[in-house]
Amino acid sequence: MSSMTRQNVGTFLAKQGILVAFVLFMIVFAIANQRFIAMDNILGVVRSSAIIGVMALGVTFVVIGGNLDLSVGSMMSFSTIVVLDLHDKIGPAMAIPAMFALTLLLGAFIGFLVGYLKLNSLIVTLGMLSAIHGLTLTWSGGKNMDIADKSGTWFSFFGQDRVLGIPVPILIFALLAVLLHMLLSKTAFGRQVYAVGGNGQAATFSGIPRARIVFMTYLVSAFCVAVAGLLQASRSLGSQNTVGQGQELVVLAAVILGGASLLGGSGTVFKTVIGVLILGFIQNGLLLMGLDFYVQYMVTWAIIILAVWLDVAAKRGRLWSPIA
Amino acid sequence: MTGPKPALRLEGIVKTFPGVRALDGVSFDVRPGEVHALMGENGAGKSTLMKVLGGVLAPNEGQIFIGDDPVVMTSPKQAKAMGVMFIHQELSLAGELSVAENIFLGELPLKSFGRVDWAKLYAATDRILETLNVGFDARTRVGDLSIANQQMVEIGRALTVNPRAVIFDEPTASLTDAEKVVLFKVIADLQARGVGIIYISHRMEEIFKITDRISVLRDGQYRGTLITSETNEDEVTQLMIGRSLDLSRNASHHQMGDTALEVRGLSCGRLFEDVSFTVRKGEVLGFYGLVGAGRTEIAETIFGLRTPSAGQILLNGQEVEITSPIEAIRLGISLVPEDRKDQGLVLGMNCKDNMSLPQVGRLTKGPFVSHGAEIAIFDKYREKLDIRTPGWRQAVGNLSGGNQQKIVIGKWLSMHPEVLIVDEPTRGIDVGSKSEIHNLIRDLAAQGFAVIVISSEMPEVLHVSDRIVAMFAGRVMREFTSEEVTEDNLIQAISGLEAAGRG
Amino acid sequence: MTSQNRRDLIKQGGIWVFIAVELAFFSIAGNYLSASSQAFMDFDNMLLLLKQSAPIGIIALGMTIIMINGNIDLSVGATFALAAIVLLDSMTWPFMQNLGDWAIPLAWGFALMTGIVLGAINGLIVWKTGVDAFIVTLGSMLGFRGLVFMYNGEQPTSHLNWTLVDFAEAQFLGLHTATWFLLGTALVLWWVTTRTNHGRNAYAIGNNRDAAVNAGIRVGPHIMWNFMLIGFLAALSAVVFYSESGSVNPNDGMLYELWAITAVVLGGTKLAGGYGSIIGTLGGVIAIQLLRKGLGHIGADTQTVNLVIGLILIAVLVLDRQLNRQGKEELKI
Repeated sequence: MSSMTRQNVGTFLAKQGILVAFVLFMIVFAIANQRFIAMDNILGVVRSSAIIGVMALGVTFVVIGGNLDLSVGSMMSFSTIVVLDLHDKIGPAMAIPAMFALTLLLGAFIGFLVGYLKLNSLIVTLGMLSAIHGLTLTWSGGKNMDIADKSGTWFSFFGQDRVLGIPVPILIFALLAVLLHMLLSKTAFGRQVYAVGGNGQAATFSGIPRARIVFMTYLVSAFCVAVAGLLQASRSLGSQNTVGQGQELVVLAAVILGGASLLGGSGTVFKTVIGVLILGFIQNGLLLMGLDFYVQYMVTWAIIILAVWLDVAAKRGRLWSPIA
Repeated sequence: MTGPKPALRLEGIVKTFPGVRALDGVSFDVRPGEVHALMGENGAGKSTLMKVLGGVLAPNEGQIFIGDDPVVMTSPKQAKAMGVMFIHQELSLAGELSVAENIFLGELPLKSFGRVDWAKLYAATDRILETLNVGFDARTRVGDLSIANQQMVEIGRALTVNPRAVIFDEPTASLTDAEKVVLFKVIADLQARGVGIIYISHRMEEIFKITDRISVLRDGQYRGTLITSETNEDEVTQLMIGRSLDLSRNASHHQMGDTALEVRGLSCGRLFEDVSFTVRKGEVLGFYGLVGAGRTEIAETIFGLRTPSAGQILLNGQEVEITSPIEAIRLGISLVPEDRKDQGLVLGMNCKDNMSLPQVGRLTKGPFVSHGAEIAIFDKYREKLDIRTPGWRQAVGNLSGGNQQKIVIGKWLSMHPEVLIVDEPTRGIDVGSKSEIHNLIRDLAAQGFAVIVISSEMPEVLHVSDRIVAMFAGRVMREFTSEEVTEDNLIQAISGLEAAGRG
Repeated sequence: MTSQNRRDLIKQGGIWVFIAVELAFFSIAGNYLSASSQAFMDFDNMLLLLKQSAPIGIIALGMTIIMINGNIDLSVGATFALAAIVLLDSMTWPFMQNLGDWAIPLAWGFALMTGIVLGAINGLIVWKTGVDAFIVTLGSMLGFRGLVFMYNGEQPTSHLNWTLVDFAEAQFLGLHTATWFLLGTALVLWWVTTRTNHGRNAYAIGNNRDAAVNAGIRVGPHIMWNFMLIGFLAALSAVVFYSESGSVNPNDGMLYELWAITAVVLGGTKLAGGYGSIIGTLGGVIAIQLLRKGLGHIGADTQTVNLVIGLILIAVLVLDRQLNRQGKEELKI
């Protein structure tokens, strides 16, 4: 009987391990440094995680649908550069919808390739990572993009202002998280995403338009990237062409940390948010402890592998791989 | 028991998993030159026993003997070294590699610095292929071979050592009759060389044709060994299931309605040609033929998963064009697919979600899916089909095969189809659930559904069908009413022995 | 069977046809568009092209065997950077100062050892935890980069050793040192993948892992060896490149993994494993470098290179899919 309960505890830990780790982690850091749980510090962390977080929300859809998206970092650079460039040319009120339209167009292109042409998403988005980077450089002529009049634009609202004392990026992140959580967990579309990622063939045999669902997940991802680009542009009002470079992998790390399987069919928006926050708070906590930023890289490394390892181990019922 | 010394002997093998006694004291032996059938239902413990024999699983109790020597199998490689070889049901070949590399997989002959000794490899392979008398050479890429020839490669692998015992696991599952003849010849050759053969199969006619003795497992327990020449199918079946299965003819006595589905001259490339048939409301139409005869492909074409190259499909007398499953479902056609795990269910999802999957877009309240409506559907069909599950939250992956199949059937019944196509309704399902599903199919017909049943099991087709379409190599050979059909003329029709008959 | 052979021929020959098309295109287009009077297919230009292919090329060759084995390695860029730092920094260590030119082979040894150790860490984790290589190396891409920054913060690490520079810039039989390393690596790996037990087993494992396990092939050590091999090659690539340049930034090598994978896929290796060739990858590497140089030659912005390569990668995928279609009878899944 005691072995039975021990097993249950083990299963619980393995299933909710990421949440447990998060809470433990917060407690340890809070004890080590009071400042860690100060309200302004927490808001600061969430705010700086918002851009990665927003992209991770979109990638969650793609991953649950059984695919990958390695192009979000590159696409975010594109959105940022485009909206900054258009800001001075056609004004912010037009620049924002134009940027959203262009970003969604890129998402639709990827969605078409992966959904309708059924190409391997890893390679397609790898190719798009490169292609969109080239597109961005062509758009900007390789130069940094800056808004001419940085103090006189309401465009800074999204990245810099506060509403009710809460930074706008946090509000946008939270709002988007709630909306996408509803979309994924409550609607028929969300259910179909899980079905397509869990077993694409069975989904097709059940009359689910698999290609269209995959296509839609990339649109959701592109929409989130556009929001992230908006936040990024609005925060700095100027940007390099490579602002999103490498972020696709951090985003993916957050999604995986949240427990989504790369095979598709599992994961939730809520867990992805936890994954994002863990990455954010680790960075912050280590900085508060006076450790250099690169320690964060290594801790993240360890945490990703441990998290996935625990998950895999729980599924196969043994810690070490049976591979000879 | 007198006679020659056994090639392989098992004594009191016990294997337990948490909460399950998968093997409970299994003992039997194979003599050199004997073909020994191992039978049992799915879940009886055959595959666990094979894993124990192959060194993949370690038994908790019991002993394996080779000749007189007790051995402990610790790995597949070691089992091989001791001369115990397996011909797996799912072929374990690397399709991109050559025949020679596959035959000597894991033990390529080497020269210094880990270099492969190709000359030696090809020579050794050619010697083996010669004894098998096959029409391909050592350098052929395995992916280019037919399934039957790939199986020969697997057999070739068994011949790299001097095997004491060779275990065939459902070897004829995807072979044509001609290919079976070749296989049985190879088995006879092995017999003549004094190899002991364990032959696992569900197909009674093969068992009675080629085996010497039959051992039966049930629920992990050894139920006894029969001498093939002294027993019959009923006795074996009784031993397997503890009672005999009712497979009497079962033609409908109720009134049939109008023609629900009519197919005229339907073709799809080389898969099947010029197929015509009708199904009436309240009727069960059986499709019988060998694997590869084109039955499943016809169902997939009607369900919009393949594009026909010619022909018409008429639903209630109206010609329809079905380009996708979505369209088929809208028109009232449902398909319970052949491969439950890959095509029928999303194993990670719960029972309720699986059942409501085709109509989840309609079961909404405002923008959201209505759980109440979903649960209502689930409860309705759980009761109707007697699905045994703790509740709708259960992941379908945790259910038994029979209950999984009922979830798939429930999923489609909840769509209120006019035509229900059921492909291999009882594949991988235990005998108890089998008859339940047979009864269910009969009931559905009685309620006025037009049902098409595709099956590779002759007793099943004979049992449930009102009419039977016999197929061979992509063509309809003959259509039988339940009065005129006999096992003999059915077998003749599906082996291509009878000239193409009426459409 | 003939159609299968034809398909194989197209797959394996395709990359060389593509290279020929590139050469023809840039030669002809260059006549009209190029600012320089130099012909594109100039001999020196081609030699330079090979030399410039070496850093990514050597890594891509290693990536080929990793991918044939059914894995992937996203951490090669970070391994490349760390090996470079070890190479340059170790030559400034006090005891190395006294060794004269003997410090060079020692420094190379340290750098290569670094690569092997990092590869072994990846391999061991993949083997023992059973976590997918994609995730493991995604993590170590961050972790190894952390080690890079730990070494020297955000400062570049520099050390020029003129003997080393001379060696790196030398030409033997007309080919640069880096080219020799590229070709040598290709030759050795070609031999390993087509002629040795380890290579053939790598194909078997990538092709059908269960079959390999059942046949008694020890999958774990093979995975481990291959990760050590790619770690070694990432370090070798760094050693060849930084012997000449003498200065490494902590961000160097970023995105190399993506370039390497692109070259491998262009060369026809299957992402799922079990199929691919070293020669194909060599073609992929040269094709990419040709494209870079060629676009520059006809006066296109260097930024369009990324765009073109990305789109070509996708086009290859579309083409591959078309070649593998069974025609109209195919199940519409």
